[in-house]
This record gives sequence, C-alpha cells and structure tokens, in this order.
Amino acid sequence: MQVPAPFEYERATSVEHAVALLENLGSEARIIAGGHSLLPMMKLRLATPEHLIDIGDLTDLAYIREEGGEVRIGALARHRDVLESDLLAERLPIFADAERVVADPVVRNRGTVGGSLCQADPAEDLSAVCMALGAQLVIRGSGGERVVPMRDFHVGPYETAVGDAEMLLEVRVPLRPDMGSAYEKVERRVGDWAIAAAGVALSFDGGTIAEAGIGLAAVGPGTVHLTRAEDALRGQAPSEELFAQAAKIAGEDCAPTADQRGPVDYKRQLAGELTHRALRRAAARALQQEV
Amino acid sequence: MQVTMTVNGEELTREIEPRLLLVHFLRDTLGLTGTHWGCDTSNCGVCVVLMDGEPVKSCTVLAAMAGGHEIRTIESMEQEGVLDPVQQGFTEEHGLQCGFCTPGMIMTARALLDRNPHPSDAEIREAISGQICRCTGYTNIVKAIRWAAEHEAAAAPGS
Repeated sequence: MQVPAPFEYERATSVEHAVALLENLGSEARIIAGGHSLLPMMKLRLATPEHLIDIGDLTDLAYIREEGGEVRIGALARHRDVLESDLLAERLPIFADAERVVADPVVRNRGTVGGSLCQADPAEDLSAVCMALGAQLVIRGSGGERVVPMRDFHVGPYETAVGDAEMLLEVRVPLRPDMGSAYEKVERRVGDWAIAAAGVALSFDGGTIAEAGIGLAAVGPGTVHLTRAEDALRGQAPSEELFAQAAKIAGEDCAPTADQRGPVDYKRQLAGELTHRALRRAAARALQQEV
Repeated sequence: MQVTMTVNGEELTREIEPRLLLVHFLRDTLGLTGTHWGCDTSNCGVCVVLMDGEPVKSCTVLAAMAGGHEIRTIESMEQEGVLDPVQQGFTEEHGLQCGFCTPGMIMTARALLDRNPHPSDAEIREAISGQICRCTGYTNIVKAIRWAAEHEAAAAPGS
C-alpha cells in the first residue's frame, strides 16, 4: 500500500490566504489542486511536504477567457475544461489536440493546468504546448505578481521558477494574426506519457511565416525549445521542404535518453516526424486548408 | 482533523489523518467495500467513484479534499431492490467476469449517461479508456452501457 508521509492539511479560502499560508509555513509547504501529480509523488515519498494547502475551493481560478489580445487560463482550470473549451477549440486548437492525449478522461476530471506546468515533468504535454505558444506565466507572491515566459519557467526537471512563497496563477497566450497550432504525440497506450510529442504554433504575414514556436515533450531533460528550427522557419514561405528542414533540426536538437519507451535514434526520428506533422497541420489550420 | 462530506446522500463527519486517501476512507472508515482498490497509481480505475457527479480515481484524492463534496459509490446504485439500468445492462450483456473492475466501470458509465444519454460506441470507449478490465476485452462492457442507454431512453417520459 502506498501512503504519503504525514503532513498537515489546510484549505485556502482565497489567493491571498494561500500565499499567506505559504509564507507562514515556509519551504516545506506545497500547494495542492487536483493532486494528480503531487499525490503520486507523495505516495512514492519523492515528495514529502509537511503542509498541504488545498486550493480546490478557489474556483475563481478555473477560467478560460480571451482578454487584451490574449487567451488567459486560470491555474485551476482542469484538463477537461481545456479539452471542452469552445474558445480554445476556435483560437488555439493545439490545446484540444494535446488534452485528448493527456492521461485519461477520469484523470482529466481532476488534474489542473497549473499543476501540470508546476510538476515540470520533461514529458508533460501542456509544457510543450505552452513553449510552442510562447506563453507567459503569472506568478503571485506576497509582493504582488510577476510574469515569467515559458522558456524560463522550468529551471530543471521537476523544478520551476515559482518560489517557496509563490503560486502560479494564470497562463497567458498571445494571439497573433493568421495563427495556426497543432500537437502531435505518440504514446505506447492510452493514458501513457509520450514517447515523443511536438507542439507547433505558426502565424503568417501574407504568404510567409511571421512567428514560429516549437516545443517538444519527452525528448530531453526538460521541455525542448527548438529555437534553431524556429529561426529557420521565420520569414519563409511554408513548404514541405522547409518543414522537412525544421523536422531534421528537431531530430538533431533534442536530447532523448534510451529507456523502456525506446532507443535514442528512434526517439530522434520520431521527434522529427512529429514536428513535421505538427508543422503541416498548424500551417493548414492557419491558412484554413485543413481537411 | 475532521472531515465532513456527503456519501451516497448521507452527510457524515469523521476524524481522519490528513494523509488518508478517499478510497481507504470509503472502504476502511465507512466499510463501503464496493469501491475497489487496485493499482494505487491512478492507472487502473477500479477505485472510481463520483465526486459531484463526475468520475474520479479515489486513490488519488485525499479524503480531506473530498470534504464539502458529494461522493457517490456503487452502493448507491441499487434502490429498493431495483438495479440501476447500468447494473442491469452489465447483467444482461455479461459485462463482467471476475467483477474487480465492475464498480468503477459502472460509476463511469452512470456519469457518461447522465451527461450524454445517447453515446456512440466510440464515446463509450473513450469514457472508459482510463479503466482496465483484464477479463472481457471491453466488448461486453460497451454492450452493457449501450443496453443501459437504450433502455433508459425507452423508459424516459415523452420518448
């Protein structure tokens, strides 16, 4: 039987209350929302917080809305909310692509966006999505809010820029003109972590790619940000040759390790192929050519 | 600490350790052993119960987190000797062999039909994709849920 180590439990009644509790209780306190990353870690005693602060009652943080040229997602939005959001389906279909293959439907009823990002697992899907989209993350502490770009949010495997007395509040995704996005993942079976996955966001200016973002999951010590491939895409007209070139870079610039999900050369090949497919779909969506 | 929640329509309060998982609260504290306890890692889905009407894996919810919420378990399905249509469907279509996954499957199916009374086979398979059955190959479970959907539709007023 897997049982977490003992801890004290408190329920936050507001964001201010949660932050005050974090500050008072010190570095051994952790926020818990859906619990579907933290509780498994606690059962394995890989995490042994002395205090849990449950933010499950802060349902004000479960929003998904468009505001100021951005889509804003509250940290407590559950995976199911993201999957079923009409706004995201229309504006940022990469989220539904990814959420369809995040864990399974029952887990998606509990797991949250904030929890997934703060787990900072190198194979986590929404982290690759947020990397591709150039998301900004709003972090709250007693001194107020600060905004951290996704590329700086994970400081290592299972480590984030969120300080001891801070909590993640919101994900902000900038909306660009003529934008298309897609997520491609290969997993061994339903609900498993990715063998490899690729998230792509493209925006167009006339016939050329104005902005490109690519994030890979499960093929590096953290979410892989493919800056060299992004540079190769910017300012170019979309073509199979261009996408093949970016896919080749994806295979070169990721850093997978061999494990039970496959050897390194296979994962590099897969990362490239999935990048290629996601580029194709993102471009088709932006140019409204998706069949 | 004390926790107060509604289980199968009855509000109750118990003294618990904060680290107690909901599955053990239901089985050991309340004696509701219809909810099964399997992999302990939120993979197998035998521990599924409904929390505010939606399926959750009770091995990955603290009993403390369920405080203030409504929990529904397999024990609530049969009412005064009448099986829930989902339970009846599992009987009619031989939706189980060993029965270990059955309570979780039935609770997920109940939640599915409450939201979507006419699911396609694909929607049924998607809904139960977080739960493992090692006996049936799933075919009869899908048939059982379809049986329940068809018979609920036939019994619904105005249909």
